[in-house]
Amino acid sequence: MAASSIIGTRIRERRIQQGLRQSELAKRVGISPSYLNLIEHNRRRIGGKILNRLAEVLEVEQSLLSEGAEAELLATLNAAAAERGETRARPEEFAGRFPGWAQLLADLHHQNATLEQSVRTLTDRLVHDPHLAASLHDVISTVTAIRSTASILVETKALEPEWQGRFHRNINEESKRLAEGAQALVRYLEAAPDTDAEIKSPQDELHAFLAEKEYHFPALEGDATDAMIETVLDASDTLQSKAARQIARAVLVQYLRDAENLPLADILASVARHGVVPDRLAIELGVDIATVFRRLAMLPVSEVGLVGLAICDGAGALTFRKPSPEFSMPPVGHACGLWPLFQVLGQPNTPVKVRVRQVGRDAQVAQALAVSDEVRPASFTQPALIRAHMLLLPITNRSDDVARDVGVTCRICPLDGCEARREPSIIDAGF
Amino acid sequence: MEKQVLLIEDEPNIIEAVRFILSRDGWDVRTHSNGVDAVEAARMRMPDVIILDVMLPGKSGFDILAEIRADAELAATPVLMLTARGQTKDREMAERAGASHYMTKPFSNAEILETVRQMVLP
Repeated sequence: MAASSIIGTRIRERRIQQGLRQSELAKRVGISPSYLNLIEHNRRRIGGKILNRLAEVLEVEQSLLSEGAEAELLATLNAAAAERGETRARPEEFAGRFPGWAQLLADLHHQNATLEQSVRTLTDRLVHDPHLAASLHDVISTVTAIRSTASILVETKALEPEWQGRFHRNINEESKRLAEGAQALVRYLEAAPDTDAEIKSPQDELHAFLAEKEYHFPALEGDATDAMIETVLDASDTLQSKAARQIARAVLVQYLRDAENLPLADILASVARHGVVPDRLAIELGVDIATVFRRLAMLPVSEVGLVGLAICDGAGALTFRKPSPEFSMPPVGHACGLWPLFQVLGQPNTPVKVRVRQVGRDAQVAQALAVSDEVRPASFTQPALIRAHMLLLPITNRSDDVARDVGVTCRICPLDGCEARREPSIIDAGF
Repeated sequence: MEKQVLLIEDEPNIIEAVRFILSRDGWDVRTHSNGVDAVEAARMRMPDVIILDVMLPGKSGFDILAEIRADAELAATPVLMLTARGQTKDREMAERAGASHYMTKPFSNAEILETVRQMVLP
């Protein structure tokens, strides 16, 4: 196969590493951005002067862009075929005739391996999490003591008063221990991932990264450009996996767009005038409410206090989680279906304001404001893509408004008779 | 003469309940709460049955069982393993290590009593 078939991919990778935009690199090399785009997607073969110039601007040896890549691609294709027990595949011919498809297959093979590793890691984490194992062991041992002791009290005829007293004391002691153990377990399960814990999944990495930065990026305010995003990502030791970096990049791109639409000085001035009142801020600043939500959640705590934010896609999956002191969010899995976040999914551009109280915690009340918008409008061929935002604010004034009881996630929710329940709670199951 | 059972377990209220149940059934119940010197305790007592918890301070129940099975005097003693885990893997580990029976917590009093009785039948 031609060496140039994957040179483009290497050029693109190197450009991104260098924090250069496509237009910037094209200009410095002396070619059009659209031609560079074709090169980067392996649709144009290059060599000679352009390759030399690209290597020069990208500060890399030309040979690193053009050599060795075929061998790597062929090795990946061979590995992919061997894994499936496919002996009739002819990787050289395939890569030579369809270089783009061959690279895509190789990329998918790598991605598949990464995903398999993630699944193994997460499964391992659940099974071997030492804190979880120790907590469960403690709870089960306590249940065993209570069960045996209670059976003795019920089944033993003519039990001496001294023994009776002793076993009653034991049950009382163990039931207290069980309550403490169950509470500790629930606290552990509902806690958001923190930066001290062992980080494993890309979502954990992303949220640890955001928490570490306190959800605010001064480098992306003012006149920041897209290139600055790569600098911020490169400076992080927390974002280890490619997947985490990718989702963090998407979050930061959104951050940058929001900062462009709603400059820091403007929103701070508006907050100083009106307080944290999203709809009023949106009208004054001429932006939509969702943009105001995202900006408020990512402003310094010193300016707006502790503000929580949850964002979900049209399927209800949480894509962004910033818990507030009054409102927890599940670190993994689904959230409570009673959250106003999901209520607005079916009614785009119709904001909802509800007081919510998460049962089973310290039962603090938070003000939830939710709104959904279209990420992509509907067409005759595609449905609209909906996204919902929910901002969580502390309650600042007393009111007689009744708070809606909601949970964190079904698995640890004690809410009885809940029609939104997807699975039984471990609390109901005897914990 | 009373048959003797050695209960190696570190939860005081489980010890108390099991001791009560077996004592009422006529067993001489001895207890030991530490994994480190559990095998020495067994050697000293030479019980008819050993009830052994898997999670013990100092040493795992599986390691203790392996030492019991390697000990010439204790090797034939029936051992009932208790664990909070119910996975097949743990059951297999217990069987490989030479457990006579395996029981997951929480167990019923009738279940543990019946199992211990069966273990000393000729």
